[in-house]
Amino acid sequence: MDAVQAEGLVKTFGATRAVDGIDLTVPAGSVCGFLGPNGAGKTTTIRMLATLLRPDAGRARVFGHDVVEEPTAVRDRISLTGQYASVDETLTGRENLTLLGRLHRLSRAATAARAAELLDRFDLADAADRLVRAYSGGMRRRLDLAAGLVVPPDLLFLDEPTTGLDPRSRGEVWSLVRGLVADGATVLLTTQYLDEADQLADRIAVIDHGRVVADGTTDQLKASIGGGTLRLRLHDPADRDAARDLLVRALGAAEASDTDPAVLTAKGAAGGAAAALAELSWAGIDVAEFALGQPSLDEVFLALTTAKERVA
Amino acid sequence: MSAVTLAFGGRALKKFRRTPVQLLDVAVHPVVFTLIFSFLFGGAIGGSIDAYIGYLIPGILVMTLLVTTGTTGAALSVDIATGVYDRFRTLSIRPGAVLAGALIGDVVRYALASAVVLALGLALGFRPAGGVLGVTGAVLLVLLFAVSLSWVWTWLALTLKTPGAVLALTQSVLYPLSFFSNIFTTPATLPGWLQAFVDVNPVSQLVTVVRALTAGDPPGASLGYLLVGCALLTAGFAPLALRRFSMVR
Repeated sequence: MDAVQAEGLVKTFGATRAVDGIDLTVPAGSVCGFLGPNGAGKTTTIRMLATLLRPDAGRARVFGHDVVEEPTAVRDRISLTGQYASVDETLTGRENLTLLGRLHRLSRAATAARAAELLDRFDLADAADRLVRAYSGGMRRRLDLAAGLVVPPDLLFLDEPTTGLDPRSRGEVWSLVRGLVADGATVLLTTQYLDEADQLADRIAVIDHGRVVADGTTDQLKASIGGGTLRLRLHDPADRDAARDLLVRALGAAEASDTDPAVLTAKGAAGGAAAALAELSWAGIDVAEFALGQPSLDEVFLALTTAKERVA
Repeated sequence: MSAVTLAFGGRALKKFRRTPVQLLDVAVHPVVFTLIFSFLFGGAIGGSIDAYIGYLIPGILVMTLLVTTGTTGAALSVDIATGVYDRFRTLSIRPGAVLAGALIGDVVRYALASAVVLALGLALGFRPAGGVLGVTGAVLLVLLFAVSLSWVWTWLALTLKTPGAVLALTQSVLYPLSFFSNIFTTPATLPGWLQAFVDVNPVSQLVTVVRALTAGDPPGASLGYLLVGCALLTAGFAPLALRRFSMVR
């Protein structure tokens, strides 16, 4: 059974269509990355799936339960870790976790044991009895993650789990997420960071202006915008204009570098690179060096999100 | 009472202990108002401080609890703004448990505030003729009213966007209701239109009954009016609040 199945989700706030017809399927046991810029509709979508917001149109099921009709059945299976650390500042770390244990109807003894175990695992044992108000951003985020795991959920929503964290803390969160998935959880995470989606997600849904503009594995996404970038350096900068004209004819696009008069790049053109290099050679233009690159996810992301903008 | 409700109640009490502002509401507010009105205005309003204390203390009791109810909405609103509340809503718990747990905390705060006012009153020479029974009855009635009114603030907190808005609105209702009442002075000297307002103000009704009960007099028709008011507030706003809490919106 799919962990998440959403069709045509729409949510409007006033005149803004925050989510504008999102379809999404997340197979159980996988990690789905929701990738998009600020305001793309990622959080709104998560909140609808987590029974916190009612969709204006469309429907969504979590493990087969409708999020609007059967919120309680959905809530039994999920937990949400927010973009803003949703832990109680006026309680200690341990108190936050014990409160959640009691709310999950664990016994006092089981609650205490689970809280201690999580505090230990998330490296918070030393700070367990300090007020959360005094925690650093990274500690707070770790506690927030721990709070979502007091009773391990079948589906975990992670809304920008590493926004605002330093690189070391980000790495820690990543390895925690990997551990959860290894234990069989399904994770739906939102992020603005391409490397994060790349690191953690089996599939990535790129979301922009409230719509899924692309969906697939990292490699599929890279392939979808055409193959990589050809970058070459000419022996003689004087050949630059002739070389650029030739590359434009052969590959459809080429740009001269602003900083180095001998360097040319052709984006999304790696497929025809060999033929283009051969043509340069026949035309008597010497190439000192060349490189073929897979497009970075950044390039993919920009290509996907700006294409939509041109249409709009 | 379920373990879940108790867990929320325990949380409310822990937060109360650690939030100095809430302690101020309960402990400092009644002391300041009692001292200002008894020593500064007591002679002018009531003829003498001793005579006025008996009139003032029941009013201060009511006002302190009214002001304390405002914290209920503000605290919930802070939970919503910080995202704590979202986490509670993604748990499969009965919505009533969250609000009932908060209520436990509220009742403890209200009881504490009542104790502060009464202790202060006794120290300043308040000698209620109604005795322990009358005073207990009066306190229970004010508690009932405060709890009923709390539903309004709970609903507001679930409806308005920011803690600031909730606090501003509750204060702008509570202070006029408190001052344009018979808490501090008899309405006899007021202009006719204001007197009319003071007379129908539920706070005046409450103070009248509290004065009667603490003095050992029969509470009269106002008691019935108040009990109906409490029932209406609860019947009207508790379901609204519960629905706003539990529904996916």
